[in-house]
This record gives sequence, C-alpha cells and structure tokens, in this order.
Amino acid sequence: MVNFTTMADIIEINNVSFSYKTDDVMTVGVKNISLNIAEGEFFVLLGHNGSGKSTLAKLINGFLSPNEGEITVNGIKTSDEKRIFDLRSTVGMVFQNPDNQMVASIIEDDIAFGCENLGVAPDEIRRRVDWALETVGMSEHKTRTPFKLSGGQKQRVAIAAILAMMPKVLILDESTSMLDPEGRKEVIETVKRLNSEHGMTVVLITHYMDEAVSADRIGVMNGGELVLTGSPSEVFGQPEILKEAKLELPFPTAVSHNLISAGLPVNVCLDDDSLTEELCRLL
Amino acid sequence: MSIVIENLSFTYGKKSPFEKKALSDVSFTVNDGEFVGIVGSTGSGKSTLIQHLNGLIKLTSGKITVDGIDLSARKPDLQKLRKKIGMLFQYPEYQLFAETVLADVKFGPKNFGAKDEEAEKMAEEAIKMVGLDFEEIKDRSPIDISGGQKRRVAVAGVLAYKPDILILDEPTAGLDPTGKRDMLDLISSLRSSGAVKTVIMVSHNMDEIAEYADRVIALSNGRLVSDSSTEEFFYDSDVESLNLALPHAVYITKKLAEKGIDLSAKPLSLSEFNEALRRKLSLGEGGAL
Amino acid sequence: MTKDIVFGQYYPASSFIHKLDPRLKLFAVLVFIVSVFLCDIFYAYAACYAFLLIVILVSRVPILSVLKTIKAVLFIVFLTAVLNIFFYKEGNVFWEWEFLRITDEGLLYAAKMALRIIFLVVSTSMLTFTSTPMALTDGMESIMKPLKIIRFPVHDVAVIMSTALRFIPTLLEEVNKIVMAQKARGAHFDNGGLVKRAKALLPVLIPLFVSTFRRADELALALDARCYNATPNRTKMKPLHFSWRDLVAFFCLAAFLTIIILLKLGFFGLV
Repeated sequence: MVNFTTMADIIEINNVSFSYKTDDVMTVGVKNISLNIAEGEFFVLLGHNGSGKSTLAKLINGFLSPNEGEITVNGIKTSDEKRIFDLRSTVGMVFQNPDNQMVASIIEDDIAFGCENLGVAPDEIRRRVDWALETVGMSEHKTRTPFKLSGGQKQRVAIAAILAMMPKVLILDESTSMLDPEGRKEVIETVKRLNSEHGMTVVLITHYMDEAVSADRIGVMNGGELVLTGSPSEVFGQPEILKEAKLELPFPTAVSHNLISAGLPVNVCLDDDSLTEELCRLL
Repeated sequence: MSIVIENLSFTYGKKSPFEKKALSDVSFTVNDGEFVGIVGSTGSGKSTLIQHLNGLIKLTSGKITVDGIDLSARKPDLQKLRKKIGMLFQYPEYQLFAETVLADVKFGPKNFGAKDEEAEKMAEEAIKMVGLDFEEIKDRSPIDISGGQKRRVAVAGVLAYKPDILILDEPTAGLDPTGKRDMLDLISSLRSSGAVKTVIMVSHNMDEIAEYADRVIALSNGRLVSDSSTEEFFYDSDVESLNLALPHAVYITKKLAEKGIDLSAKPLSLSEFNEALRRKLSLGEGGAL
Repeated sequence: MTKDIVFGQYYPASSFIHKLDPRLKLFAVLVFIVSVFLCDIFYAYAACYAFLLIVILVSRVPILSVLKTIKAVLFIVFLTAVLNIFFYKEGNVFWEWEFLRITDEGLLYAAKMALRIIFLVVSTSMLTFTSTPMALTDGMESIMKPLKIIRFPVHDVAVIMSTALRFIPTLLEEVNKIVMAQKARGAHFDNGGLVKRAKALLPVLIPLFVSTFRRADELALALDARCYNATPNRTKMKPLHFSWRDLVAFFCLAAFLTIIILLKLGFFGLV
C-alpha cells in the first residue's frame, strides 16, 4: 500500500462548518470538519442520506462557501471567487443522476463542452475528447446519442466529460446510487483504474459499504460530523460507530464481528474470499 | 387469486426498423400467498413482463389470467384487474402529485369508486400501515417531506385500495442502507399481517431476493430460464451464467464446500449464515458457542 | 411510445451532406421552402421532388426512416387535402352537395398542398438527420452572432436549444412512466368531457413539472461543474468553416433555385 503521509496534500479542509438557511431556520450541513486528502489517494466518504457528505463535496468544489474555516484545493482557496473556474477545472464532479448532467445529444459533443467553456484550442479538445472516451472505454459510442446507453455507460460518459477538463481530483457524489450492480461495477472499476494508472485523486461519496473496502482511506459522516477516518480495516473494525451512523456492515465484516463477539480468534474480513479463508482456518 | 401466464411473447415496435423482441414464450403460475422474486440482467424483459400483469401493455400474444380475469379477452375489465394488483414502480415518489399526502393516497381508492369519506378512511389505514404518523403527515405537501417518507407515501398510495397482489419494481433503488432495510421489512410485514396476500418483487440485488423471496423466476433475453424455489435457484442452478451475482451467504457456502467444508445447511441470508456457522462451530468445539 | 419518434433524430453517417457546414444546410432548407412555395406547375414539383430525392440518396439516410417522418404528419396532410378537395370553389364541378363540391382544380390544388407539406417535413428532417443538434445550434449561434451587438445572449440561447433537444427523449420517457404509474392506480385519461379530461391530466403534469424542475436544478449544477461561462473566449471542438463541399452544394442550390424561378416565369414554355 502506498504511504500517503509522505505525499503532498491536495485537499486541505480546515475546521469547516456550513449551515443551510431556509425560511430563517438554520440546518446544519457539516460542522467542524478537518480533513486532508493526499494527491493520488482513493478516499471514500461514507454516510447515510442527509449525513452531510454531499454538502462536504459541494464545499470542496466551491458550490458552497464555508461559514467557518477554510478549504484549499491544490493551493486554491475555495472562497476565492476570482479563481472559481480554476478550482472547478481542478476538482471535477460527477453527480448522482446520469441523465441530468449531459448537455448535448451526441456523446462527443457533450464531452467537449467543458473544454470549450475553458477556451481550449480545437485540436487539443479533439485530442482530449478522444483520450477521455478511450480511458472510460466508450470510444465506439462517440457519435451516438447518450439516451440509449445503460446507466453504467451514461455515468462513464459523465466521467469522461469531467476528465476532458484534465482535473487533478475527481469527486463522485453518489454517482453509483442509481445504478444496477453491473453499472456500479463498471463505474467503480473505471474510477479505480483512473486512480491506479493515471494517479487521479478520487473522492468517492457513497452509502454502499462494499465500495469502500478497497479504498486507501475512508471517512464516515454522521449528523454533519466526520465521526471516523482511517484505513478500511480500521474503519470496519468499529461496528458500533458504523451502526450508529446508520450504515450496514458488508456481509463478510458482519460475519467476522459476529464470530469475534462469540469469542473466536478471527480477523475482521472485508471481502468474501478472505472470510472463506478465515473460516477454513477455523473449521 | 392466482396469476396464470401461458406462452407470453411481446415485441416492441413490431414491423419497424426498431423492432425488438422483449419476451418470448414465457409461461408460469403465481399462487396465492407466494413471495416471488423476478431476476435477470438489465434488458432481460422483467419490466415488460410485470407491465403486462397490470394490463399496462396490451397483450398481443399468449394468455394471461388473473383471478379469472382473462387478459386475452377483447375488452378485459382493466379497472377490476388494477384494483386487484397494486403496482409500485421504480422511484415511485416521483409520481406523487396532490397538494397533500392524504389527497395523494386517496387518489387510488377514489379512482376505484370509493366515496370520499370511505377513501379517506382507506387512506388513513394505509398511511398508518406504512409506519407514518397520520396526523402529523396527512396535510403536508408530498414534495416537502424526506425521501424515505415520500417512498412510504407512494407505497401507501398503492396499499390504500387494498390490492391482493403487490408488484414491486426495484423497491429499494436509491435508498440508503437503513432505508433499504426498512422498506424490505415493511414489505415482508405487509405480507405476514395479511395486508397483501401475494408479493412479486423485481430486484437486481440478489441478497435481497435470497433473503425475502420464496421462489425465483429468472429471465434472460426475454426467455424464462429458471423457475424454482429460492434455495434451488441459488444453490443448484448456474446463476453466474445469467450475469447475476451470487448472494454473499451462497457464495461463501459454495466456496467452503469446494474446500471440503460442508456447512450442512443452505443459508440465504446473513442471519441464516450466522446460524449455520454457530451450529457447525458448536459441533466442532463441543458446544462452546 | 418513445421508440416511434423519428422526427428530429440524427442519423450518424459521413456522407457529403453530413459534412456540409450546418449554416449552409440551414440556408438550403430556407431556400428549398421558398422554392416549394414558388411552385405552381407540375414540372416545378417534379424538380423539387428530384432535388430532395438526390439529397436523400447522397446522404445515405435510409428511405424508410425518411418515410417514417411523413407518417408522423400523415394526418395533417390528409386533413389539408380533404379540406381543399371539398371547399375549393373554382374549376369544373364533378360532384356537389349543399356547400361541398369537388372540382378538377380543387383536386389538383389539394394534391399540391399535400405535396408542399410533405416537402417541408422531409426537407427539415433531412436537416436534422444529417446534422447533430450541436452542429445545428452552433450554426444558428453563428448566424445570430451579429445580435451580440445589441447584447443578445446568443451563446446562452444556443446552449438552451441544445439542452432542450437533449432532454426531449428523457422527458417523453418520464411522461410514459408517470402515465403508467397513475393508470396502475386506476386513473383513466380517455373518457369524460373536455374539462374532465384536462383534469385527469393533472396527476401526470404535476409530477412532470416537479421532476423537470429537479432536473433543471441538477443540470445547472452540472453546467457549473463544467465551467460554463468561464471565459468569453469560448472555443469549439468543431469550428465551423466553409469548405469546397459547401461551395459545390451552394452552386447546386443556386442551379435548383434558378430552375424553379425559370419554371415559375414560364421560361421553358411548360404549363
């Protein structure tokens, strides 16, 4: 495993709080969050609906501005309005509903949109669009309409549309929550490849615990607070905190905790195969 | 109160360049009181199949009979059919429309001929049945309540007209883990309390199907490829060849069997798996557990 | 339902017509429509027909797809023809009853009107068959560029058009889903008087509006995430420029228009 403590932090969140104001009622979005994410890290942010995880994502790419504290991404302060487009091309964001983030009826035109907005030269846009589609494995669809694609394919197009802007950080804000298992797998594999082969820093926001098992680090949110951070085995070793955060343990982890509480010498397993091996040892 | 499907076939856009066969020669029967899971990868014909059961797609080939209503008749009584079969679509909360939760839930009963007062009573019952605080929520706008509450209101909107059969298309899609668990528990409690007799659930999540369904019908490319008990389906048929994942409990049990460890049980859920392990271990360690 | 909609759909291919500058194609459709209305004699219609047929063949769009666009407006064509047949007053009367009469000129006129509608529909759908919506909006944006002087938000309008086109199939699918869900709850849409029918549509329209607003909200975020309006010096992946093809097409178009005008003026002595 890569040791990220030696690498530079690309995202620095310093004691940040944010509240939403509707009809004079303040509701806490996030409070007192401090978190650094290193360049090249695969960070998974877990939490139930309404735990504040999407608010945190919107703070990172400047859709929201903190009431307190400060966020810096690659040296850019998110509150610096003059550099907002610098920030947004550094932190690319993919959203939940694949249908609601496409602007053009032809896939390659959609991918080009971000670059065109940034004023990139035509030849360079062409190169980037082709590269981005290649990277997510959607090249053969480039002149087709996104309408007929599967959910997983649509999300890969959405990722390509962000990649074409050459960001350093990719945030996926619950981008897998509307997909079927096949689609989820496609998206997760694409993102993992981007992380391992292209060194892309990834912040994956989800409520699926099984997507978190291969992360470099996991953060757990509950009630607007970051209640837990650590490696997958550290985080999954804390079933009480996870339960309190209304999350469900992955199957193998739940089984290992059950065995541990029965007094058996078992390691906490994060996937089915390692649990099988533990059980083989035990039985 | 049974559903009998014989040789059902359906083609979209017949005789056009976009012709696509969605179902071919599907036959099966659903009996009173069953919990049937319908599985298959995307595009296997699951949605087309359940839309037929409610007369939302006109039957063109084959025969469907629901509790004596023959859908192949020239003019089947669709209102009667739809009152018997409650259908909950994917993301049902997007179909809420009325000004208040109560008015929305009353929509179904009124369409099926209930008088206002009667409809209100039915709605009240349904809202309570899905675990919502009736007095607190009835006058609120269905747009302003939380996501989980919206979905419950949508379920109440279907339960209100007291269907015998409940068909659910991906009822947990988009919910977080607690929301998913609550929804599945609600469905199974509706059945055990007798609020609905029969449940047909379409899902991509094999763990959900394994835990809740008694019987599994699998579709692949519009054909029925398997119809068996849940245990048989996951333990004795080639689930992975259908592009579906095995439930965790089944996967690990099978892996253990490959390595010569027999759990002497066929667990389908986390609790059953834990139970099987407990038995196995207490035998091995002289009842330590 | 949504699967039957062909009108306004791009047919991917790389024909001569596909490669033309969208501005030229927009202009060509305009010229063609004007020509159709200049037509009065049979030979002129034949010329239009020939021109359109050549365009279709060169574009490699399947004839069947083109015919489907006609099918979509068949009712309007039929209605126009019938009205013209019965209400045209001039010419030799074949049949008469009360205020209705069929005349030879009436029949001819009805045929012409029907042909005009068909030509209009086919020519505009050839435009959408052979140009991506993006290319069309780019083309319109370029044509409207002079309006920038009066601070007209030309680019925003182009993006609005492009996203609107993009969302049509999505929203149609949505309508389909909502209709099915409400039907399952016993709603019926096809009986009762006009008021009752309109009222019956509310359970479809309200969720549709709610969902459209939600989509618009999310789309706005997505536009921002992709640096919309980051710089006034926006670029294009496919900048528009005229090529030799456009020159060739332009001369063909000019030749066609000349023939139509000459026919109109009776230059060939044909009537």
